[in-house]
Amino acid sequence: MSSLLLDILNGPEELQPGATNPREDLAALTRDAIAATEDFAFDDDLQLTLFCLFELHYSGIDGTGADWEWHPDLIAVRRLLEQAYEAQLRSIVTLPELPEPTSAAVAGGLFELTGADGGPSMSRYVAKQATEEQIGEFLIQKSIYTLKEADPHTWAIPRLTGRAKAALVEIQADEYGGGAPDRMHATLYAQSMRGVGLDDSYGHYLDSVPAITLASSNLMSLFGLNRRLRGAIVGHLAAYEMTSSLANRMYARGCRRLGYNDAVAAYFDEHVEADAVHEQIASRDMAGGLVESDPELLEDVFFGAAAAAVVDTWMTGFILDAWNAGTSSLRSSATVPA
Amino acid sequence: MSMCGSDAHGGAHDDDAPDDVTALDGGPARSTSRQTIVAFPDGPLLVRGDFDIVDPDGNPLRRTRKTVALCRCGASMLKPYCDGSHKMINFKTEPES
Ligand code: FES
Ligand SMILES: [Fe+2]
Ligand SMILES: [Fe+2]
Repeated sequence: MSSLLLDILNGPEELQPGATNPREDLAALTRDAIAATEDFAFDDDLQLTLFCLFELHYSGIDGTGADWEWHPDLIAVRRLLEQAYEAQLRSIVTLPELPEPTSAAVAGGLFELTGADGGPSMSRYVAKQATEEQIGEFLIQKSIYTLKEADPHTWAIPRLTGRAKAALVEIQADEYGGGAPDRMHATLYAQSMRGVGLDDSYGHYLDSVPAITLASSNLMSLFGLNRRLRGAIVGHLAAYEMTSSLANRMYARGCRRLGYNDAVAAYFDEHVEADAVHEQIASRDMAGGLVESDPELLEDVFFGAAAAAVVDTWMTGFILDAWNAGTSSLRSSATVPA
Repeated sequence: MSMCGSDAHGGAHDDDAPDDVTALDGGPARSTSRQTIVAFPDGPLLVRGDFDIVDPDGNPLRRTRKTVALCRCGASMLKPYCDGSHKMINFKTEPES
């Protein structure tokens, strides 16, 4: 599917007279693959196809026509994939008992949800025992989202109003460097990648990462690009902000343990301080403010936060399982410099 | 988008709304004064607006963002800024009842 999609994107929109429409083939293949897959989140081809379709809305895919972004045939395929992914998440993610629809209660509920033990910890592993090679893999895995950090949540800005919108914009302004391009979180991350000898160009490692890493990024695009799911994207961002400061302190410690310099650790150092600010704004003003103005979004705010935790627990589990088995967490380890 | 009918212009805007900023959507509006300090339960003090953070000699401290969170639990390793440590020490701003 993903290779057929790339062929389509690289080809013309006009069909030769009498030729079959490859977009119809893609839709049929997609339907079959969705019906056949045992686990959408861990299906390499389905996740890569969805990732590429979402990518048309971000920086695009090099060499392909910009018009594909809103082509109805491709939107139709994207919707098939989105519906299957959302259905899986809705059936697996368990919600906590929902709090009252007030800002204070929502913040309290989110702190409880995000403070619960999420199983094996990536940050502890990185701080204490990751090898240089594993740090490289970790940075590659994380780069799929982080080289466009904050972008999926930015889709939500025009869908919010008032207090929640002001809060989201305040957080995002900080994510984008507060006016200084070199302070942008994605830019700091690229600097960390270069500092350990990795390629920081966007998409460079796309073929190296497993489905679950794409699934983690696709989750945000799914929530961010659908206005209907604005509660979920807000809950997702809140969960990210609320689980960040302490984890990033550990990541920075792991970098320094292996002798990397401050330029490599800067991204993680920045997040210790930034997200101690962001989590307060995200929980009370953004998520709490949204629920107060739109109480029917309460459940989706918690769905988004819980889904973020579930998918990232899967991703952490996948990577740590590989490492504990003495293997690489990447699909082809050849891309990691020794 | 609310698809207003052609007669909707009369009701679409509340001309009697006061000029000062109030909550647009039911939440409490943030203060519009030049600086605010928000005391977060069990967490830091968030300082927002136009202000300087200086040492006792008036020299500015390292500062990389507009809105900052100041530690009030004492456990931060980034003082005066909060680094999330208040959660590890289970810091409470209200005495346990
Ligand atoms: S208040 Fe957050 S670390 Fe002290
Ligand atoms: Fe960030
Ligand atoms: Fe953040």
